[in-house]
Amino acid sequence: MSKPKLALYWASSCGGCEIAVVDLEAKILDVAGFFEIVLWPCVMDFKYKDIEALPDGDITLCLFNGAIRTSENEHLAKMLRAKSKVMVAFGSCAGDGAIPSLANFYDKDSIYEYVFKTCPSLEESSRGVYPETKTTMPEGEIEIPVFWETVKTLDQVIDVDYYIPGCPPQTFQIAAAVEAVIDILQNGKPLPPKGTVLGAGDKTCCDDCTRVKSEKKIKKFYRPQDIITDPEQCLLEQGIVCMGPATRNGCEALCMKANMGCRGCYGPPEGVLDQGAKMVSALSSVIDAQNPEDAKKIIDTIADPLGTFYRFSMASSILRRVQKKNNK
Amino acid sequence: METQIKSKENFNPRIVAFLCNWCTYTGADLAGVARMKSSPSVRVIRTMCSGRVDPTFVLKAFKMGADGVMIGGCHIGDCHYSEGNFKTLRRVEFLKIMLKDFGIDPKRLRLEWISASEGDKYAHVTNEFEKELRELGPLVLQE
Ligand code: SF4
Ligand code: SF4
Ligand code: FES
Repeated sequence: MSKPKLALYWASSCGGCEIAVVDLEAKILDVAGFFEIVLWPCVMDFKYKDIEALPDGDITLCLFNGAIRTSENEHLAKMLRAKSKVMVAFGSCAGDGAIPSLANFYDKDSIYEYVFKTCPSLEESSRGVYPETKTTMPEGEIEIPVFWETVKTLDQVIDVDYYIPGCPPQTFQIAAAVEAVIDILQNGKPLPPKGTVLGAGDKTCCDDCTRVKSEKKIKKFYRPQDIITDPEQCLLEQGIVCMGPATRNGCEALCMKANMGCRGCYGPPEGVLDQGAKMVSALSSVIDAQNPEDAKKIIDTIADPLGTFYRFSMASSILRRVQKKNNK
Repeated sequence: METQIKSKENFNPRIVAFLCNWCTYTGADLAGVARMKSSPSVRVIRTMCSGRVDPTFVLKAFKMGADGVMIGGCHIGDCHYSEGNFKTLRRVEFLKIMLKDFGIDPKRLRLEWISASEGDKYAHVTNEFEKELRELGPLVLQE
């Protein structure tokens, strides 16, 4: 019997998800032994036309990382959806937009202006040279992908079956998820219900965090470099903006063990629509203010609340993007 | 921008109002019973306390087409659950900062303390809010 086919793809991403997969170390051999890998652009040389030639549904499992930012990202997402039985949004960029969707604070024009014109590290000769989608060369016309105005999550352009969150997903969680998939396929077990989040918990990072929690009354927020924190006490109580209460568990409270507040990379917890709104709610319960003026003073000590609370979920948030300047 | 200015003329703002059951909701009722003229643009959602209004509700209301969102609660010191409205005031301060950063005028979110006997205040506040939103124009969200 032929092996089930596996595709791994990266859209708008940093490559960290790929490293997390490679970090499976010896387990990767199980993956390669069980599956026939038909696409993995980061690691092996495959051609898109070979994927195009496959019949629909021929790929058993597609692990798709990266957000959707260009016409190429969207095209590949749609093609791989058609060719794959099971589509997994792998990592926080595919799931929630994550870092690439911080571009949703801006728009295409302002990004182009900075990257191709005003950025200090540009060479003078290329300053102000913008990419053309179509260029005619002696050999014919070449096209580059179109850059979208707004970064999207994978499930905003195609139907997604499962999610594996994390920036990147923790390798032990990937291993567990892959083992579960192999077990399901090998033993004819039923697949989990559509939409299930794999390789993570259904609570918050605070639930996994072992720091001592007491009553929180915050008068001022600090950036991590501003204070020396107590290694045992809850970081939020010490005024560090820790996204723990608004973030799905699954990483085993990794950052807090390293004395850093959670940055929110596992995305919103189960049942939470908007990670930033959840964080507003959580912090509003612990800010020590009884009137609007004091509340504002304390909130103003948070550097860039919007960018901090939506660092990993701008694209999946309710409002999805910052409105352009001319809008009210 | 132009279409916005144009549609401003026959623009009827949509206001979503989350009103606390113990005070503002009754105040709104009183305004009605007393036949005071209050804004017909208001869609009322009754909550058990202003502290029940999750920030998610506010963002979702804007997303679903509200031009303005109002939260009505008991006066400070009068919350039925004693501390609920303190949480509300902190959330609203927070949300205003967030909305500004989102590029949405924070004036589109309004917090008012209105007791069960203040029907006149309810009428006045909603009329004023409607007028303000008319000046701001419709909220058109980009995707
Ligand atoms: S807020 Fe952060 S430090 Fe505090 S318990 Fe939650 S995860 Fe741990
Ligand atoms: S603690 Fe937060 S930011 Fe750190 S790995 Fe876990 S979910 Fe990600
Ligand atoms: S019960 Fe009215 S604000 Fe809490």
